[in-house]
Amino acid sequence: MSQSLRPYLQAVRSSLTAALCLSNFASQTAERHNVPEVEARTSPEVLLTPLTVARNENERVLIEPSINSIRISIKIKQADEIEHILVHKFTRFLTQRAESFFILRRKPIKGYDISFLITNFHTEEMLKHKLVDFIIQFMEEVDKEISEMKLFLNARARFVAESFLTPFD
Amino acid sequence: MSAPEVHHLFHNPIADHSFSADRKTLAIARDTTVELYGKVGNAFKLKDELKGHDKTVTSIDIAPNSGRIVSCSQDRNAIVWEPTDQGYKPTLVLLRINRAATFVRWSPNETKFAVGSGDRLIAICYFEEENDWWVSKHLKKPIRSTITTVAWHPNSVLLAAGSTDAHARVFSSFIKGVDARPDPSAWGERLPFNTICGEYLNNSAGWVHSVAFSPSGDALAFAAHDSSITVVYPSAPEQPPRAVVTINTQLLPFMSLIWNGEAEIIAAGYDCEAFKFKGNEGGWQLSGTVEQKSRPGMGGDQREESALNMFKQMDLKGKVKDDTQLKTVHQNTITMIRPYQTNGDAVTKFSSSGVDGRIVVWTV
Repeated sequence: MSQSLRPYLQAVRSSLTAALCLSNFASQTAERHNVPEVEARTSPEVLLTPLTVARNENERVLIEPSINSIRISIKIKQADEIEHILVHKFTRFLTQRAESFFILRRKPIKGYDISFLITNFHTEEMLKHKLVDFIIQFMEEVDKEISEMKLFLNARARFVAESFLTPFD
Repeated sequence: MSAPEVHHLFHNPIADHSFSADRKTLAIARDTTVELYGKVGNAFKLKDELKGHDKTVTSIDIAPNSGRIVSCSQDRNAIVWEPTDQGYKPTLVLLRINRAATFVRWSPNETKFAVGSGDRLIAICYFEEENDWWVSKHLKKPIRSTITTVAWHPNSVLLAAGSTDAHARVFSSFIKGVDARPDPSAWGERLPFNTICGEYLNNSAGWVHSVAFSPSGDALAFAAHDSSITVVYPSAPEQPPRAVVTINTQLLPFMSLIWNGEAEIIAAGYDCEAFKFKGNEGGWQLSGTVEQKSRPGMGGDQREESALNMFKQMDLKGKVKDDTQLKTVHQNTITMIRPYQTNGDAVTKFSSSGVDGRIVVWTV
């Protein structure tokens, strides 16, 4: 783990632990409804101030807490065009399977690559500290995954180019 | 200090719990039902299920003397369950609210109860003999958001309420014909219905999660979402309070608090354990936890060190250390704490319920 990654992940971890204090809260605008307030945005007093933790201009996390739900959006590092395409494909693969991921949001927030929506029902049936661990681990792994994919893609491109150019040798 | 008495009832959140006066019956708000557990030996066994709500039951309270149970739910209703020989007889209360009911408590004299709601009001309910039903009067005036909690003053007239608009307020719920005129106190002398005897804002505008009057009723404590507890000492009616002491902590917010005598507060919440605060008008501070961590009998610690176990963990779970268990007894947020056994004003035992489905009785 690099020197600047550790404090970054530590900051995200403590912010998430504090933000994941959720309780069951029924809507005060719609009768007999219980909706994530961070998505509904109908009562301003139950929303907290959003928080951004940034490592640099390309890597940041946005945490939007509310009384019964929290939205975490992650901007994954994209150094060049290839990484941009890879991140897009990778997050698309995940979000299309959002039901089996429970906390994954179908559509990321504008300006971010992937978003999670955790409600009080998730913190009730799952362990809170493991949810935090999951997000942190995801952030750790995703960079590794993308750079591995990029290496693989480059190797394959080289191989294809070589076999394409052999007849002209 | 003896070990806590742990009852792991199920794997669902417990929104609220209440013991009967003899501590043999335990009522629990589980999802859309109210479950009654009876004490069999040292364990609690499911005795009865009270079905009547069709949305999450948010709060429940047993009146210690009459044995009546009142429950309220997000389906906008409150039900009074009257004990009879054939079981519990439900009576729907005319709340006249059209948002979720969030919190309910019997007054100490058991003639009234207060229901907090998401309709930005508190319904004070009392029994009307001539019509034979429970009717309500609304406390509405300065409330701007959902009521999260209410607490009664020992005189059964004053009511404290906390809400998500970051205020803790003290109201008069005096109802002519039901209440006797209360003695004048530091909160007020003449107390017609809906008199506001105090209104206190949390410093960082955090939602108020819990309020409680001290045993004498002359001080009010409230816990808010900025992890603080504020204690207010009123001076005289219509005067600014004598002292307002705020205790800021580095912990996660508290969901519930109780007074232990006049100089100690026990609070618990998102940290999954209970903390003690000591102090007086001059100042308050955190004095420690109720729970002693790394208790004997937790086991695990020695076992984890063996090499066999290490490889077993690596094989089964892909990691060396199993860190899914928290060190506390409760494995998730504590939703409510209540006095279990008292000695005069002092609490000797208290019970806590958590999102993890556990009821724990603690010795202070």
